[in-house]
This record gives sequence, C-alpha cells and structure tokens, in this order.
Amino acid sequence: MNDSRRFTIFIHVCAVIVALIFLAPFAWLFIASVSSQAALLKVPLHWIPSHISFERYHQIFSSPQGTIFGNFRASLLNSLIVASATVAISITVGIFGAYAFARLRFRGQRASLLLFLSTYMVPPIALVIPMYLIMVRLHLLNTRLGLIIVYCTFATPFVLWIMGNYFQTIPRELEDAARIDGCTRIGALFRVVLPLARPGLLSTMLFAFLIAWDEFLYALIFTSTTAAKTIPVAIAEFTGRYTTDFGLQAAGGILAAVPPVLIAVVFQRYIVGGLSSGAVKG
Amino acid sequence: MATTAGTLPRRSGTSWRARTREGRFALALLAPSVVVVFGIVVYPILRTIYTSFYAVNTPFPGHFPYVGFRNYTYALGNSEFWSAVERTAYFTIVSTGFELVFGMGIALLLYAPLRGRWLFRTIVVLPWALPTIVNGAMWRYFFDAQYGVINAALTQLGIQSSYHAFLGSPFGALNIVVLADVWKNTSLVAFFLLAGLTTIPRDLYEAARLDGYGRWGAFVHITLPLLRPVIVVVLVLRTIEAFKVFDIIYVMTGGGPANGTQSIAFYTYQRAFSDEFFGYGSALSILIVLFIMAFAILYIRLLRSDTYAVG
Repeated sequence: MNDSRRFTIFIHVCAVIVALIFLAPFAWLFIASVSSQAALLKVPLHWIPSHISFERYHQIFSSPQGTIFGNFRASLLNSLIVASATVAISITVGIFGAYAFARLRFRGQRASLLLFLSTYMVPPIALVIPMYLIMVRLHLLNTRLGLIIVYCTFATPFVLWIMGNYFQTIPRELEDAARIDGCTRIGALFRVVLPLARPGLLSTMLFAFLIAWDEFLYALIFTSTTAAKTIPVAIAEFTGRYTTDFGLQAAGGILAAVPPVLIAVVFQRYIVGGLSSGAVKG
Repeated sequence: MATTAGTLPRRSGTSWRARTREGRFALALLAPSVVVVFGIVVYPILRTIYTSFYAVNTPFPGHFPYVGFRNYTYALGNSEFWSAVERTAYFTIVSTGFELVFGMGIALLLYAPLRGRWLFRTIVVLPWALPTIVNGAMWRYFFDAQYGVINAALTQLGIQSSYHAFLGSPFGALNIVVLADVWKNTSLVAFFLLAGLTTIPRDLYEAARLDGYGRWGAFVHITLPLLRPVIVVVLVLRTIEAFKVFDIIYVMTGGGPANGTQSIAFYTYQRAFSDEFFGYGSALSILIVLFIMAFAILYIRLLRSDTYAVG
C-alpha cells in the first residue's frame, strides 16, 4: 500500500469520526423526542426505543394557546418574525453603509468603521438595564418590535463588515462602465454591484439570521408572555421548570433547531465564499 | 477587524471639491446605519457609565448617592470578582484553544479530496446552526446524574461502575460547559479557516513538494504562516464571544455548583438582577468592556506586526 493510498484512508477515517461526533447528539435528541417518558427514565437505558410516537410534535402544533405546547408554538412564531425582520432591516440599512465603506473615501472612514465594529465588544449585559427602562417608557417592553430594534443594533455592524469587504472584491471597472452608460451611483449599486454580490449577501443574511435566532439575554429580560417571547427563552424556561421531562425538552429543542439548521444547510455553499472574500481577506 | 480599514485602497489625486462631495454622499449612505445602531446604543452606554458612579439599588428612577469610583474599587478588591475573572479566562483560553486546533483539523478535512464532501460539509454545519440555548439544554441532559446518556453509555461499556454526578463538582461542571461550547463552535472556526485555505494558491504546495517537503512540512511552512491573519481574526472573534459567555451557563448550570461556572457576565447578571445592585452591576459591565478592549488591542498589535512580517 503506497503513501498516498494510506493518506486517503486516513482522511476518510477522520471524516467519519468527526461526522459521528457531530451527528450522535442530534440522533439521540431525536430519539428522545419520540420515546416515551418512562423509557427515557429507565436505568439501564435502552438505546433503541421499543415504540416511537410523534405525539409531542403533534401536540406542539395542535394544542390551544395557553398550554405549554401552544406557548412553544407561539415562541417559535415570534422567533421567526423577529429574526426575519432583523435580517430584512439590517441588510437594507447596512448595504448602503457597506457600499460607502467599500467605495467612497471620506474623513473618519477608518475610525467610523472601527466604531461600528467596537459595539461588538460591548456585552449585552452592559446595555440591558438602561434599554429596559427605555423600552418601558416607549411601551416597547414585551413586544416583537422592541426586540427587532435591539437586534438590528448588533446585526447591522456585522452587515457593514462582511458586505463592505465583499463589495471590495467586485471590480470597480464594471461599476464605472455602468456609470458611463448613464447609471447613477445608486443605480450602479443596485444593477451591477448587488447582483454580483449575491453570494456575499446570502452568506451575510444567513449569519444575521442565526445571530438573531440565537440571541438570549435581551429576549430574557424584555419579554414575559407569548406576545413576544422567543424560542430560546421558552426553552430555557421550560428546561428550568420541568427538569426531567427530557422528551419534551428534546422535541422543543429539535423544533427550535429546524429553521436555522434548514437555512444553514440550504445556503451552506455560500458560507465559505462569503467568508473568504468578506471577512477573511480583511 | 482593523485590517479591514487598513487595506482599503487609497486613491490619490482626487480634488478637494470631489472629496467633500464624496464625503457628503458617504454620510447620506451611512446615516441609516448610524441611526439604527448608535441611535439605540449610545444613550444606554452613557447611562451605564453614569450609573456605575452611583449607588443604585432599584431599577426605578430616583435619587441615588454619588459614590465616585467606589463601585469599581469594590469589584477590584473583591475575591468573588477575581474568581469569576479567573473562571472566564480559563473558559476562554481552553475553549478557544480547542476550537482552533479541532477547527484546523476539520478545515483541512473539508479542503481535502474526500468522497461525499458535500455530505461532510453539511454535517459540519449542523452544530453551528443549533441554537446555543438548545445546545446547553442538550448537554445538561446528556450529562445528567440520574438519566443522562453519558452515564448510561459509560456504565454499560464498563468504563465506570456506577452513575456519576458530572455536573456536581465545580471544576467538572466548568469543563463540561467548555465541552458543550467546543462541540458547537468548532464548526464556525473550521469554516473561517477553510475560507482562508481556499485563498492559498495551489502552486505553492507544488513548489513545496518539489523542494522536498512532505505534507507536514508544507503545512508548517506554507499553510500555517499564510493562515496567520485568518487565525488572528478567528481568535479575536472567539475570544470576545467566549469572554462574554452567558447563555450556555444560564441554561446548563445557572452558575453553579458552588459558583464553579459563574462567568464574569453571569456574576454581573446576578449582582444586577438578583441583588438589584445596579450601580455595582454597571461598574462590572464597564470592567468587562475594558477587559475585552484590552484583548482587542493586543490582537490588533499582533496582527499588525504580522502584516509587516509578511510584507
């Protein structure tokens, strides 16, 4: 057996081991979500459930509002709305700023970009108390709008950073040509630059969605009922209250994971493209 | 991050008039972002700095005594604070270190000519997309002292004779939080490094092979040096994120047992929201910001000396 063949076998074995380490927790989470409570609490544990039931999923989707199951569904919907709106607003707003950072020269350019990025260094815990008081005064407490406004404050600098770098990879000549043909700068941005920046745009949207979906502390402090409570808060509350209902914890966890996982899997081929021209070349 | 601005191409020879016009246009383009970000965060930041100088012990407005730097000096002379800093530093260094090493391995695998590469890549994406809170709740269940699958597996395989309270010892619990964090975040690090790998020209490896370097030699002499800027970016991002760690601790251990997993952000949360020491909590959060800024400056220095070295 030659060296190259041995190496090929080696990397495949490694890949299989990594895949198993990543998949096993998901597999067990799924098994737990379709096993009976009694089976999960049995010692010694049986690894293959004797009968499976999708009852928990069914209840989450069909139980009336006000029950634990109905609340799960409501927070799932809240998370979807909040994360989607955050992506839509931060991308729309950030694209113009990113273009300015990539293509224009102005005084304080470097400093202002650093200022935007430095907001990333401020932990939410440092802002959450005064923000709470503002939310109370503006009647935004326990509303989805309140969360969306706060989430845009950390999603937008991210868009500026990744898209700003991505725009720089698009040849300036293409844009100049469009402008000679009579396009305005904004016209060239929408007709020439943005279509070419689609991979970067998709990867930025994916990241922004995941960040918004994952956020916990603000949602924990600002929301209290199903009117705005997001899925991470609902899950933290539930696992704190029903500490041994592992089956329902698992089912809720799986459902909370489905939207971000689905989006990440569908758009995965843009992750590396967006990062390599966006963040990494930096 | 600083490099972003550092490598912007300079255009010389534009007239002063054109530059002011460009400046005004840039301002107009940036205005929405400024409003969305700074319109919301500036007042809270100033308010937190202000509050940190007062003895505030209720969330409601009122009159509070000015205490100068006493909230800060109290924190800096407090052993609980320093233990929390120590634990956070441990968590940050160990989790970031493992994420970097494993992330590098996985990035190399993702870049290697694997069969079913797309499938492998899809699998690697999964942990990263799993929400942090779900991840924390999941590992808490897996390591449960009575019903956890880790206990079941280790006992049934004969590795341990009876069930073990993994999350029961302070240091053990901290390490399990590290494990959960590494399991989820290694993927992101791998994708960053993979993005860096794709920018390295293939013919460099060819040249290295002709020079008689093996795979390991090429990795040490080509891959690692060329990846250094990417590694620094990842290091900055992960360090900042790890130093702010809160969510996973909230759901996995609640800071326990015996404060064994109480990170600095969690300590601040407890002082502010359980004890309602808002003045002290504000001072603590300003201290966190200062710590993180110190890190960031250190890394930016590192990155700068790096770019000079490369050319």
